[in-house]
Amino acid sequence: MRASLRPSDPAASPAVERVNAELFTLTYGAIVRQLLTDYEEIDEVNKQLDTMGYNIGARLVDDFLAKANITKCTDFRETADVIAKVGFKMFLNVTATVANWSSDNMECSLILDDNPLVDFVELPETCQGLSYCNILCGVLRGALEMVSMRTEVKFVKDMLRGDDAFEIRLKLLEHVPEEYPYKNDE
Amino acid sequence: MIGVGRAKHNLNVVDSPLGKGKSEVSLSAFAFLFSELVQYNQGKVENIAELEEAGFGVGIQILELLCHREKANRRETRVLGILSFVHSTVADSLEKGTEHEDEYMISEKELLVNKFVSVPASMGGFNCGTFVAGIVKGVLDGAGFPASVTAHFVAVEGQTRSRTTILVKFAEEVVQRDAPLA
Repeated sequence: MRASLRPSDPAASPAVERVNAELFTLTYGAIVRQLLTDYEEIDEVNKQLDTMGYNIGARLVDDFLAKANITKCTDFRETADVIAKVGFKMFLNVTATVANWSSDNMECSLILDDNPLVDFVELPETCQGLSYCNILCGVLRGALEMVSMRTEVKFVKDMLRGDDAFEIRLKLLEHVPEEYPYKNDE
Repeated sequence: MIGVGRAKHNLNVVDSPLGKGKSEVSLSAFAFLFSELVQYNQGKVENIAELEEAGFGVGIQILELLCHREKANRRETRVLGILSFVHSTVADSLEKGTEHEDEYMISEKELLVNKFVSVPASMGGFNCGTFVAGIVKGVLDGAGFPASVTAHFVAVEGQTRSRTTILVKFAEEVVQRDAPLA
C-alpha cells in the first residue's frame, strides 16, 4: 500500500507516482459493494457510478493535461488516440486501442483487453444488469466536457458479461464553445 | 473435424491464477477514486462507520490475497506476528501502548489516503485514515484477532501536517489467548 516514486523515464514525464493496483481494485470493489447495498435498483447504481465518474473526470483532466506534455488535439480522432494511448496508460497502466470509426468521424470504440478495475471480479446472477466499470464512462464524459466536448459514452462489450474484451463506444455530440462567466464590457 | 470448437471462456474467477501482483496504477487514479468514496459517504448520516466498513471489506480480501501469495498458506497465530505483517504493508512504525496491555499503535508520517485531503475545521476529528483503520481491522479480524481499530491525528512538532496513528485495541480473548504463548 506504499506509493513508490519511480525515477522519471522518457516515456512518462514527470515521474508519475504509482500505487499497488490491487489496492485500487479492492477499493473500487468496496465502492460498488456499498452502492449495491444502498440502492435497490441496478440502474440506479449504474447511474451513480456514472455520476461519480463524471466528478472524477472533471478533475482528472487537469491532472492529465498537467502531466501529459502533449500538444493541443486538432480533431476528435486525435483526441481519441491520446485518450487511448496516453490517458489510459498514465492512470490505469493499460493501453486501449481505437477502432470502429464511424463515417463522419464522430464515433469510435476504445477497446481494452486488460482492465485493472475488474481483477478478481465476477458478477452474480442477481446483478447481471450491472455495468461494473461504468465509472470509466463517467470519467471520459466528465473529462471531455471540461475540454468543451459533449459526448455520450457507454460500454458495448463487457468481459464480466461474457464478451471477450471491454469496448467503450465514444460518441461526440457537439463542441461547446467556451463561455466566459463575465462580460468584457461590464 | 468433429469436436473442434472454441472453448467458451467460462473460467470461474477463483480458478484463474492469482497473478504476481506487481501491476500498478497511478497514485492520482487511486486518490480520485478515494475522494469520490469519501464524498459519497459525506451525503449520509453515518459517515465514519461506512468508510470503516468499506475498508473492512478490503482488509479481508487483502489478507487472503497476501497470505496465499507471500506466506504460502501459513497462518499467523501470534499477536506480534500478525502486527508485523500489518505493519510491513501499511506503515512506518509500530509501538506498544503504555497505558493498556492490549493496545498497539501503528503510525505513518503521510498516510497515502490523507495525502491529498484537507479536513475543514467544521468536520472536527474526521480522518480519512479511518479507511486504512478499516483495512487493518479487516486483516486482523480475518486472521482471527478481533480488535477495535481507530485512526487519530497526532500533532508533531516541527511539521505542519500531523502524523496519523492507527490505534489497535485487541479484544479480551486475544490477549488472554496470547499471554501463555509468550
